[in-house]
Amino acid sequence: MTYIPHSPIERDAMLAAIGVKSLEDLFKDIPAKHRFPKLDLPPALTEMEAAAELGELSTGNENVHSDLVSFLGAGAYNHYIPAAVDHILRRGEFYTAYTPYQPEISQGTLQAIFEYQSLICALTGMEVSNASHYDGATAVAEAANMAYAQFRGKRNKVVISPTVHPQYRETMRTYVQGMGLELAGDDPKANLDAGPEALESLIDENTALVIVQYPDFFGRVYDFTKLIELAHAKGALVCVAANPTALALFKAPAEMGADIVVGEGQPLGIPLSFGGPYLGFFTTRKQYIHKMAGRLVGETLDNRGQRAFVLTLTAREQHIKRERAISNICSNQGLMALAAAVYLSLLGQTGLRQVAELCYHKAHYAAEKISKVKGYSLCFDTPFFHEFSVCCPKPVTEINDHLLEHGVLGGYDLGQDYPSLKDHMLIAVTEMNTKDEIDALVDILAEVNHD
Amino acid sequence: MNIPTNLKYTKTDEWFDPATGTMGLSDYAQGQLSDIVFVEIVVVIGETVVPGKAIASVESVKAAAETYASASGKVVAVNEDLSGIPEILNNDPYGQGWMVKVDGADASGLMDAAAYTKYCEERAH
Repeated sequence: MTYIPHSPIERDAMLAAIGVKSLEDLFKDIPAKHRFPKLDLPPALTEMEAAAELGELSTGNENVHSDLVSFLGAGAYNHYIPAAVDHILRRGEFYTAYTPYQPEISQGTLQAIFEYQSLICALTGMEVSNASHYDGATAVAEAANMAYAQFRGKRNKVVISPTVHPQYRETMRTYVQGMGLELAGDDPKANLDAGPEALESLIDENTALVIVQYPDFFGRVYDFTKLIELAHAKGALVCVAANPTALALFKAPAEMGADIVVGEGQPLGIPLSFGGPYLGFFTTRKQYIHKMAGRLVGETLDNRGQRAFVLTLTAREQHIKRERAISNICSNQGLMALAAAVYLSLLGQTGLRQVAELCYHKAHYAAEKISKVKGYSLCFDTPFFHEFSVCCPKPVTEINDHLLEHGVLGGYDLGQDYPSLKDHMLIAVTEMNTKDEIDALVDILAEVNHD
Repeated sequence: MNIPTNLKYTKTDEWFDPATGTMGLSDYAQGQLSDIVFVEIVVVIGETVVPGKAIASVESVKAAAETYASASGKVVAVNEDLSGIPEILNNDPYGQGWMVKVDGADASGLMDAAAYTKYCEERAH
């Protein structure tokens, strides 16, 4: 079957109309040696051969289901995903390459997004959620866009904590290029033990937004109430990038006074999948809704008085507002938002809290055991959620190589982002890690130090 | 269509009241935009505006538009009600839906009601 819609007769007619003999004649101005080369490809495989070759290639992957025990987090977390999540995602009504938004044909999709928005609001304590962004990093960057627009460009500074995920900060640096926005606080050499107070001196009357992470990149939990009060006194907005699982256990950022709460939604029923697709959630207060980027689904009544769902406040968006739009995002991460909605519905408030408690207790068990191993110590004494930094007796890469030999995926090497944290490992523990696995990790760590 | 004779008009559908120095969006423009859901005044008291400078951003259910200053002058008042109740721009564009009031305005070069009526009619065809 050919996917070229024109027949040879039609092509000849077009060539005749413009006065050339063949398709080749159209390219005669390009020297032959610069044209597309003849490809030296091996003979085509049969379907059976191709399947065998791809199957062989895929055995090179090691995953956290059957091959490895993982203690790696750093922004992407290995949680249990109920089978129903995948089952619902793969239903033909939902499983499309692009989110259909026309209300006439898409009530199911629109309602699912509306439910997603409602659940994310409940989780963050905020008033409005958009239909999602691509990932946590872009959600953080969109917060800067929003704050910049809120002050109509009259405040040109964004203060970001150095304890925000290094990749989120990298995305921020990309976004602010050419916007005339100054990024303050983005310094990996800063004192990482200083707490939120360290940002206070950076916030001034020119600050549009202050960005902190909760728990921060090192897993630590701080109450930002005082920082937020101070930022508000200077007229600035505050964005908290939160881990959604942690929100089931700790004080909601809305209660601390946050104006924007964003985060990486991957922990909500989305597989690690070697880094994506993930989900960025974005919430704010109602007063800022017109400055929020992205799609937004609202509830209304149709012409028969029935409950119905539609995209709403779309005049904010780029396809209508063009060059005056705040953001170029006119889409959402539909399927992943659905996964999060299904996951949250299945677990409920109690279930999600149980997941968070399991993560918390197992991580604290692991931290205590590791801190007693000779040569290892906990780097910070601030309360933490399910991730903690360990000072190691040897380079992290060396320890991780050793762990890998035992089928264990070790923690994140903090030295690659923070010079002061050379030989420091960020270890994540979730409900997926059994006590035996944690004990085995502790034993191997002890063994590495003896080698 | 309501085009009061005491006001002056721009080609971008703003009105200006030479007697009071107030300015806003014309009845024709609000009708074209349909239901207005958001109005943001983008100038502040004390700021100087000139014709062509954006004074407000208006969003309706189907479109988004900028409103420009219809005359030059120093802003002495802005309509705070518009952000909370944007529909007053649909219901009463020359009254409650006023946007900005300026001092020392120069209204030269603006159309009178007759010229603006003709201008609107031309565009209707």
